[in-house]
Formats: sequence, structure tokens, C-alpha cells
Amino acid sequence: MFEAAGVEASKVLGLFWPLLAGAAVIWLLVVGGTFYAMRIRPERHSERFGRRLILIGGVIAPTLILAGIAVASLRLMADLRTAPADFTIRVTGEQFWWRVQYLDGQGRVTMETANEIALPNGSAVELELRTRDVIHSFWVPALAGKLDMVPGMVNRLLLEPRRTGTYRGQCAEFCGESHALMAFRVRVMEPAEYRIWLEHQRTDAPPPAGEPARRGHDRFLGYGCGACHSVRGTPATGGVGPDLTHLASRARIGAETLRNDHRSLARWLESTDVVKPGVRMPAFGMLPAEDLELIASYLEGLE
Amino acid sequence: MTRDAAAASDRDAERRASAERLLDAWRAPSGWRYWSEVNNTEVGVWYAATAFAFMLYAGVLALIMRTQLAVPENDLVSANTYNQLYTMHGTIMMFLFAVPIFEALSIIVLPNMLGARDLPFPRLSAYGYWCFLIGGTFVAGSILFGIAPTAGWFMYPPLTTQQEGVGADVWLLGLGFIEIASIAASVELITGVLKCRPPGMGIDRIPLYAWYVLVVGAMILFAFPPLIAGDLMFEMERAFDWPFFDVARGGDPVLWQHIFWIFGHPEVYIIFLPTIAILAMIVPTFARVPVVGYTWIVLSAAGTGFLSFALWVHHMYAVGLPKISQGFASTASIAVALPTGIQIFAFVATLLAGNVIVRLPMLFVFGCIAIFVAGGLTGVMVAIAPFDWQVHDSYFVVAHLHYTLIGGMGFSVLAGVYYFFPYFSGRMLDERIGRWVFWLIFVGFNVTFLPMHYTGMLGMPRRVFTYEAGLGWETLNLISTAGVYVIALGLALFAFDVFRPRRGRPYADRNPWNAGTLEWLIEMPGQPWGVRSIPRVEGRYPLWEDPELIAKVDAAEYYMPDAPERTRETLITSVMEAEPMQCMRVSGPSFLPLIAAAFTGTSFIVATFHLYTWAVITGALAIAVILYWLWRDTAPIPRHDERDIGFGVRVPTYVSGPRSCGWWGMFITMLADVTAYLTLVFSFYYYVAINPSADRSALTLPFLWPFAGLLLSVAVAGAVLMLRRRGVSGPRGAGLLTLLALLGAVGAAVLMVGPAEAAIAPTSHALAAMVWILLGWSAAHVGLGVLMLLFCAVAAVTGRLDEKHDIHLWNIEVYWYFAAFMATLSVLVVWSLPVVP
Repeated sequence: MFEAAGVEASKVLGLFWPLLAGAAVIWLLVVGGTFYAMRIRPERHSERFGRRLILIGGVIAPTLILAGIAVASLRLMADLRTAPADFTIRVTGEQFWWRVQYLDGQGRVTMETANEIALPNGSAVELELRTRDVIHSFWVPALAGKLDMVPGMVNRLLLEPRRTGTYRGQCAEFCGESHALMAFRVRVMEPAEYRIWLEHQRTDAPPPAGEPARRGHDRFLGYGCGACHSVRGTPATGGVGPDLTHLASRARIGAETLRNDHRSLARWLESTDVVKPGVRMPAFGMLPAEDLELIASYLEGLE
Repeated sequence: MTRDAAAASDRDAERRASAERLLDAWRAPSGWRYWSEVNNTEVGVWYAATAFAFMLYAGVLALIMRTQLAVPENDLVSANTYNQLYTMHGTIMMFLFAVPIFEALSIIVLPNMLGARDLPFPRLSAYGYWCFLIGGTFVAGSILFGIAPTAGWFMYPPLTTQQEGVGADVWLLGLGFIEIASIAASVELITGVLKCRPPGMGIDRIPLYAWYVLVVGAMILFAFPPLIAGDLMFEMERAFDWPFFDVARGGDPVLWQHIFWIFGHPEVYIIFLPTIAILAMIVPTFARVPVVGYTWIVLSAAGTGFLSFALWVHHMYAVGLPKISQGFASTASIAVALPTGIQIFAFVATLLAGNVIVRLPMLFVFGCIAIFVAGGLTGVMVAIAPFDWQVHDSYFVVAHLHYTLIGGMGFSVLAGVYYFFPYFSGRMLDERIGRWVFWLIFVGFNVTFLPMHYTGMLGMPRRVFTYEAGLGWETLNLISTAGVYVIALGLALFAFDVFRPRRGRPYADRNPWNAGTLEWLIEMPGQPWGVRSIPRVEGRYPLWEDPELIAKVDAAEYYMPDAPERTRETLITSVMEAEPMQCMRVSGPSFLPLIAAAFTGTSFIVATFHLYTWAVITGALAIAVILYWLWRDTAPIPRHDERDIGFGVRVPTYVSGPRSCGWWGMFITMLADVTAYLTLVFSFYYYVAINPSADRSALTLPFLWPFAGLLLSVAVAGAVLMLRRRGVSGPRGAGLLTLLALLGAVGAAVLMVGPAEAAIAPTSHALAAMVWILLGWSAAHVGLGVLMLLFCAVAAVTGRLDEKHDIHLWNIEVYWYFAAFMATLSVLVVWSLPVVP
């Protein structure tokens, strides 16, 4: 949260510094007083002095300070997560990845991707947070505080990015065996760059280029990968796992678990359960290694 | 020989004879029979040693976790093992160390602080201890077989309701069982403070520690039962698919979070307040002055306890609750710093008012204040909802909670062990080793946890078995891991010093710290009788106010210096003024608590593995053993109606009703019981509120059966009142009691006929399950009341219950009021749902 790149994160950081300074002063006073009494061993103070110390140090001063903090914190809370949003993105937590759906004004899905969210700099974006299984929590420290994804609830978080860059997010509510491996990234882009990105993501997948990719495409469909995954523009229309239409445009795979390159893709296919214990996708180590290599070549081309 | 000298030698002889009788009564059995002891000093030490062992065990789990996290992408342990480790670390530290160590310490020192020979229900302490040992070993041991729970000490559904394997059941049943033991201990401790004080120790003179026992005991009574109710609902969902937390069938996982934290937040203060209590005893001793601001401290302790029930939502800021709820919780959480601060300032004021002598316990008090205050200050930060949105469930919170718990609790428990060690064992701990222990733990602690604040703010979440390289978290994590090893070294040194054999070393001086409170009457080494005679107390620090007190107590110049029948007895006094009211027989060594606990434990453990038939059989055996123990020596009819306790004061040996300890014990237990029940009622209306469109007509109950059950339970309660007023005895009384038992049994049965006849399937909807659980809870209570009536019937026919000796009847009367109340409320609540719009 120190690299604050969003409105909420900066405001909270702005509250943190004075709190930290005040806390340091109070700590020094209390511990200093204790040390003074124990080590310097001054003359006995009267009991009347003691009572006054309790009254002033323990009652009056803290009441004033705490009341100030309470007022400041309530005002900050009222101020946050209230601005009108420019558009809405639906993010659904699933064990152990993030489904990302860009919505239009009517709430219809216009584009689906996974584990990466792009935002135009300077905007205010509403995130509609849901879960498909257990409780997850959406947290991008650089942009804003976290908000849970709870079964039966639809939570709304406001992101207001103010600096371009790539920011890491991670699930913050324990959600099962590979909770630690459920991360994602948010890319804040200049609006023009963002529009290009969005247009590209909305297009269908490019046709396989080159012999290995073409054969990999056949294997992908032949082994039934499309039952769970979608690759738009092909017969693969499954909705269980992440949408792979533009997989190669993402920086990493497996919700930030592995680099996005040929070797990692093949490794992932071969042993998902080793890379990410408890993952829903079965390991396909029983398939011929050659086929896995071919499928990896195909996926690599899904720019 | 002059006549005076002869009289003096007669007195000496009489004093020796009475000392011998007293020793006979209180001596612990030897050999294997030692384990049948129920006296507080023995049971308390077992309790403390067991809790300490669990702490070391959970500490080792933490070492493994920190080693795993020392470097990024480490594979020392698997994800599954790590998840078991962190779950068990939290669970064991909270349930098997932090709460029990307070109960253990209180069981050891409280009676002596009050100049009592024992607590009023020694067998209950023993039963609680054995339950704790069995349940704790079961829960803690599960990780060795790889079947431990893996979803955190908070067990959030739906992750935990869907999980396969027995992990979650181990948690629910094992801990449910230990929670019951905790409640038993708090009933015992509260009754002890209220009824077992020395003459003259009015309520405004009791040691601060005892005040904290009252506050914490009351908090346990109202905080643990909601979790027991929650555990029950949870286990019904896991075992029988009653959908309490299943969204698809009207349930709600957020309800579990409310229930868990209504327990969980007071729990934090249940752990923390006793540590302040230890400080409140140590600080005045070493400052050599009475504590400054006694009244402030008592009021703040009560205030903290009270406020702690209004804060639970601050564990749920990230859930997405309305801002108004978050604002309320935020303000209350900030406000709780106030009473806590007053208590700390009272200690600083006491230190300044006195002339401090720095011995080992004081060093740890200093460590406690330094660390705890830092934890309190970060506590104010996380109380602020927007700040918590950022750091919630991150390592910042890990740092914060360890600052409050290890600072507040760990250091003051260590201070307490150094302070009370001569009290336990008659010998002092080593001053030089102690300083090493302090500095190792103090430095190691800060090296471990200070960087974690920053790690968390950088974005590292809690409960992760590993982390990616290159995020800037590596160095911080490595430092934290190094620090943990320093703490471990300190604790190992401490354990060595505590457990090494000390035979042949000299005993400590009498009252070695020159303290002012009654527990330091203890002889070095301590005698099993606790105090030779029970003094009359004139102030808050009797040993300072009367320097001759120790000598006079030893010379048997005060109350009850003798055990004429060689039986264990203690003095019962009135609640406010502490005037002598009764000389109460307390029970001696018995294996029955151990056997009862073994059956109770087995019943819970086999239920974990879904062996319900065996669970029912062993549960019934446990009840049978408990009934036998109640029968054998609860409130026996004494040989003499009155006893001379010295100074010509004669007090009755048998009392019943509100004057007796048993009545208070029953009343306090039922407060806890009704709290669990009201949690269920609260849940019922929670489901009504979140399911506005549920089809209520499906829950329509017939009028006849539920109301027949209601009428019968109220009628039995009323009849018990009349019988108790009129008095019962002999076969005729037994007949009447049996008749009532029959009516009660019919009542319990018909309560359950309604939902069965209406064919309400508990698996269909959360509200349907609620109907069953509310009526089932009430019927089970009425059924237990039937057993009690039958017990009294047998007592009447065998001459153990008559017009004068009616304590059992008084006690079950209280029970029946509560049972009738619960039956009535359940029927009205459940029946009215489809009727009232």
C-alpha cells in the first residue's frame, strides 16, 4: 500500500502516517514513564499524584485523542467507495483463480478474461464481486482495501487508479489448499492504450499459425479441453475454467503461479496438481508428452 | 510445672493433634491413587503443566511454519501440511493454552488468595481437567496423523462445510468438548469468589485478581455458549446435511462469522484480562504500595468485558456489511482502548507512587507493558475500518495480534510463573537464567514480529504456505524466521529452569517477595491444607496491615483450625459482607471424575468418526457415572447440624437454596446454557430476516402437540416449586417426584411430535432445520430435568432428601425454571412463524 496508485489507497496511507507518529509518541511516554519508575527510581510520588495521572493520562487525554480518531475515521469511511462509476467489471472468485467479465451499461458481459484486469488511468471503476464456491477476498494493496466475495452476496468495490503501472493483487481470505497461489494483476493504462487493449480482447482468437500450433489446436479440441475452456472463434465454449481466447497476452498462467511460456504451459498441463495442489483442473500427465507439447504450442499462439 | 505452663503444653498438644487431623483430611493419596486427587493445588498444577505442554507443541508448529516461510517458494512442507500447521497453531494456542492457563493459574492461587482450603466443587475441576487433557490431546494429536483441520481456527463455511475428511469434525467436536470444560471451570471460579472468601473480606476488599476472575468468568459464561450453539449447528450440517450455512437452502455463511466472532472477540479479552490480573498482583508487591486506583481498575475491567461484546464486527470489515454497522463497530473498537488504557495507567501510577524493586517478575512486567502498549496502539489503527480494509488478513494483523497476545498474555504469564513459582513449589527460579530468558524472548519477539507490520503493508496475506520470489518480501520473512528461533531458545531455557530437578536445594523464605495478599500465607513448601487457620481480614493487603498475621494463622488462632471428622471442609461466607454462613464439606479424592471424563471424551471422539451408536452408548455411560458421583457424595447429610469454627462462632454444616454453593453453581451454569439457547433463537430470526420470501406455510405446526409440551413443562416447573416449598420426604415424596418425572417425560416426547407430524424435513431449508433444533434443544433439556426428578425420587425414598435436607430439590427447581422457559419460548417462536406476518 506504500506505492499507493489509487484514490482509496492514498487516502488511507494519508491517515496512516499521522497515526503512526501519534502512536510512537504515546508509546514513548507510557514506556518511558514505566522505565523512569523502575530504573531511575524517583522519590515516591503521592497517591494523589497517581490518581491524577490516571485521570489525565488514562481518561481525559485518551478520550480526546480517541474521539478525534473516531471522527476522522468515520468521515473517511463515509467518503470512500461512494463516487459514481464509469463502468462495471464483474470479478468472480473461484478455487483458485479469478474470472473477469467486462460489463456494458445493461449488465451484459461484453468480454471475458481471467486473472488480469486492465483499467484506464483516471477512471472510477465498479467491481462487482461474486464467488462461485467459497469465500474469497479481492485485494490490490496499491489501489484500495480488500472486499470479500461471499456466497449469496454481491459486493461492490470502487477502484480509482491514478497512476499507470502493473499492480499485484492476491486473495486475502483463506479459500482452500492453494489459497497462497491465487493472485492476479491489475494493469493501469493510459485511456488510449486501454481502448486498444479492450478492442483486442473482444476479438476472437487468432487462427493457429504454423504446423505445431495447428496440430495442437486439433489435440486441444480432440481431448475435449473445450468442455471446460472457451476459445472464442472455435468450437471450445466451456465455461468452467478460465477463458483462453487471448491467453498468450497475459503475463503469467495459473493465477500468477507460473511464467507464461512454452515450457511452463507444458508443465502445467502435465501436472497441475503438483504446481497447484488442490486445483480443480485435472493433470494430463497420462497423455503423450508430444501432444502436451503441441497443445502448449497452440496456447502460446493465442495472442 | 505451673498451671499456666501445663495449660500451654495442653494447648500445644491440642494444636498438634488438630494439625494432624487437618493433614489427614487434606493429604493427597500416594502411589497410583495420586491421580484420584481432586484438590485444587494438585489439579491446578496438572492443568498448568498440560497447558504449558500444549503451548510448547503449538510453538514447535510455529517453528516449522516459519522455517517454511524463511525463503520464497520453499517446499519443506506441502500446502496441505502447512494449512494444518497454521490451523492447529492458532487453535491450540487459543483453546488449549491461553484460556486454560488462566483457569489453571486461578485454580491454583485463587483459593489461597481468598484464604479458602479449596474451591467449592473440586470434582468439577478434576472433571474439567481430564476433559481438557483428553479433548486437547485428541485435537492436538490429529496433526500427527495428517487428519487435522485445514481451514483456520475460524472455520469459515462453506469451505469447511464442504470439506471432506474428519478435520473439521475434529475441530468442532474436540473443541466443543473443551469449551464445556472451560465453562465448568468458570462456574467453579465465580462461585469460589462469591462464596469462599475469608470472614471480613467484603466485596470491596477482594484482591484485584479475584475481580478479574469474576469479570472473565462472566465473559466465558456469555461468550463460549454462542460458539457451542454454532458448533452444534455446524456439526448438524456436516453430519446430517441440515443447511444452516448453505445459501441454496436459505442458510448463510455470514451467520457463522457473526456467531464465531460474538465468541471470538470476547475471547481475546478473556485471554487478555487475566494477564492484567497477574500484573495487578505483581505491581503493588514490587512497588511496595497498595495499587493506586483500585476502583478505576475494577470498573475498567468490567467496562472492557462489557464493550468486548460490541466489537465482533471489526473482524468482519471486509465482508461487505453496511457502512452503518462498520461505523458502530469501529467506534466501539476505538473506545475499548479507553478502559484498557486506564488499567495500564493505574499500574504506572502505582509504580510511581511506590519505590520499585526490580526483580525478575518486574522485568517481565516491563516487557509486557512495552509490547502490549505497542499492540494496543496498532489495535486502534485496525479498529479504523478503512485502514483495516487494507491490512485485514495481512501480516500486519499477524503482527498486531501477537503483540497483544504475546505481549499482553505471554509476558505476563511468564511474570506470573516467576512470581508464583515459590508458591507452587516452595523454591525460587534462577535469577541469572531468568534474565537470559527475558532478553532472549524480548529481543526474539521484536525481531520476529516488528517487521511483519511492514510485510503485511507490502501486501503479504496471512495463511499462505509460500510466496513468490521478487515481491520484496524475502528479507523481511527471513528476519522474522531468525527471530522465532531466538524466542524458541529463550523458551527452551525457561522450560529447563522450570522442570529441572531441585531436590536438596533450599526452600524459599516465607512470603519471599514480601507481598500483601493472603496467598503468601503459604508455607514453604506448601501444606495440603492451604491455610492452617482462616484469618479474619480487615483490608485489601492483610499481610502488610498486620505483620503478625502469618504467625497467628500458623498458631491456629483463627477460624477452622481443625478437622474434627478428618474430612475436607471449607468456610462459606456471604456474597457481599463475607460473614460466615456455613462450614461446607468438600469432596475428597475420587476416580469418578476421571472415569466420567473418559466416557464423555470417548463419546465426542467416536462421534467425530460418525460412530453414532457408540457415541450414544458412551455418552449414556458418562451420564451414569456422573449420576453415581452425585449420588455418592454430593451434599451428604452431616452428622452434626452445626460446627464451632472458633471464637465461639457456630455455623450450620448444611444449607440449601441461595445460601448454598450448589444453588449458585446451578444458577450460573444455567445462565451459560440459556445463552447458547438464545443464540439459536437469534439465528432463527436471522434466517427469518434474510429469507423474506420463504414459504412459511410449509412450517405450520399442529396446535396440540407443541402447546401440550409447553403446558407440561411449565406445570412440572410449578409443581417442583410447590414441592420444594412444602417439603418432600419418604416414599410418598418419591411417588410425587416420580409422577412429575413421568409428566416431564411425556412433555419432552410431545414437543417433538409437532414437526414430525407436520413432516417438516430439516434438510429442506435452514428455517425447517431451525424448527427441529429449537424444539429438540428444549425437549432434551426437559428430558434431563426428568433424570434429575428421578434422582431426587430415589434420594427421597432412601432418606437422603427430606424437609430439612432439600438442596437437590432447590437446585433442580432452578434448572426447571430455565427448562420451562426454553420450552415455552421455543414453542411460541416456532409456532408463531407461519401465523405472524
